[in-house]
Amino acid sequence: MNLLSAFAYLLSSVFFVFGLKMLSSPKSARRGNGVAALGMLIAIVVTLVDQKILDFTYIVAGLLIGSAIGVFLAVKIQMTSMPQMVGILNGFGGGASTLVAFAEYLRLSGDPSLTVWRGGDVGLDILITIVLSVLIGTVTFVGSAVASAKLHGIMRSAPILYPMQKQSNAAMLLLILLLGVFFVLDPSRWYLLILIVLVSIALGVTSVIPIGGADMPVVISLMNSYSGLAGATTGFILSNNVLIISGTLVGTSGIILTSIMCKAMNRSLANVLFAGVGAEYDPTVQATAQRTVIRYTAEDAAYILESAQSVVIVPGYGLAVAQAQHVLQDLVNLLTQKGIQARYAIHPVAGRMPGHMNVLLAEANAPYDILMELEQINDDFQNTDVALVIGANDVVNPAARTKKDSPLYGMPILNVDYARTVMVCKRSLNPGFAGEDNDLFYDKKTMMVFGDAKATVTQLVHLLKK
Amino acid sequence: MLETWMVSVYIFVLATFVGIEVISKVPPLLHTPLMSGSNAISGITLVGSLIAAGEGHGGLSVFLGLIAVIFATINVVGGFLVTDRMLKMFRKEPSKKN
Repeated sequence: MNLLSAFAYLLSSVFFVFGLKMLSSPKSARRGNGVAALGMLIAIVVTLVDQKILDFTYIVAGLLIGSAIGVFLAVKIQMTSMPQMVGILNGFGGGASTLVAFAEYLRLSGDPSLTVWRGGDVGLDILITIVLSVLIGTVTFVGSAVASAKLHGIMRSAPILYPMQKQSNAAMLLLILLLGVFFVLDPSRWYLLILIVLVSIALGVTSVIPIGGADMPVVISLMNSYSGLAGATTGFILSNNVLIISGTLVGTSGIILTSIMCKAMNRSLANVLFAGVGAEYDPTVQATAQRTVIRYTAEDAAYILESAQSVVIVPGYGLAVAQAQHVLQDLVNLLTQKGIQARYAIHPVAGRMPGHMNVLLAEANAPYDILMELEQINDDFQNTDVALVIGANDVVNPAARTKKDSPLYGMPILNVDYARTVMVCKRSLNPGFAGEDNDLFYDKKTMMVFGDAKATVTQLVHLLKK
Repeated sequence: MLETWMVSVYIFVLATFVGIEVISKVPPLLHTPLMSGSNAISGITLVGSLIAAGEGHGGLSVFLGLIAVIFATINVVGGFLVTDRMLKMFRKEPSKKN
């Protein structure tokens, strides 16, 4: 590699860092994405010009086919399906890493038909990173495919559990490492690399199937991190710094998001990955409380909303399931026109992946300066007239603050119970995912409006228009 | 050989710190575009794929390279485009259609 192309790779690394940095504000974010894309273009062009490329046929074919599929996915995908989309993209990144590691191994072997090993002087470091790249890449590919299938409803989203699950996963990982050691000791044993792929495929499946649908945000974030690490290991194999830098950036990004999601769900990563929460979830068993709630109609709710000065809306995933975000934004517009301050309060786990609810609301034309984060809005609830909770439950359960024995205890929640009036739109009184009954619903200042989120909000809009 | 590897490790460690510094400043508002955008960046494996696919001596190695190029290109093109599609929707003012 000559000096000029080394410099160009450095330039594209700088562009990646700047692109990510510009994502810190919604004003510059779109340009930031463009800057990162430009960095990628530079890296690709430099590679095509500088590296010892002898035949462009396969490259052009691959770029064309890949671009066509990429454009198709990006244009067609629904915003509600974004977690699956990111999952699938992660998977392709991981798969590419595995394939590159294999191709590089074949090249190093000196004899592509693998009958004679002529790669005598291949360093230990390269061989180790080949094993790691194959392992991480394959687990990312298969794990992401399973996660996406669960999110898309192709596979049952409930956890699939069987005895000795953790132990057998650990055993598989150990087996891979053992195979790896034998491979590194004698790299002519190519079949060991194939075995590593096969066991990694199994591990990718068995490590994701015990994780429930509601925990998928964590899995997707984690796979995001893996796909970055897979890229970084490829960089180690090829001694290519731009791969190492960008792979590492993505790896850290995924890990940070994973830990944010875990904190917001009040669970440890180990608990998410191994506990199989939600497997034997039965709502009828949990709903034992004999307390009564006061039912209100949409008319009552509209009356209260109209006389309020400030309204904070807490959307949950139930809102997106009911496709009610557009009509909800109509409601917000109506309230704003009447001079009522209306904002959204968004809990980190409100959607199916980090930041998902913000995207869904942005799609419904909600301006981003009324999309408030938990820390921004929580002190405002005591000065809020109406907190309107739609399709959310656990994230507004006061038990997280008070009940020491609750599974929710310690989880950061939106303090809607500090508002003067709380309105809850819900289908039923069933407890949320954590199985904890919600005292908020029985509070004197809480108005329960039962029914489908979309139907209720549509009715509210209709009533307020009069 | 070991020196190259050590340099790689240096870069890996330092890039981790840059990553933590930059990523922790991204607001939760933009976490989904962050994931899809960083995802596109991790498609940088494409560089490695191109080298593998362009070796020219045919056979399995080039075939693997071809599949790798397809996978990584989906990752890159799909990732950047879908991120742009999302970021386009984030506006300060509600659009005038309503």
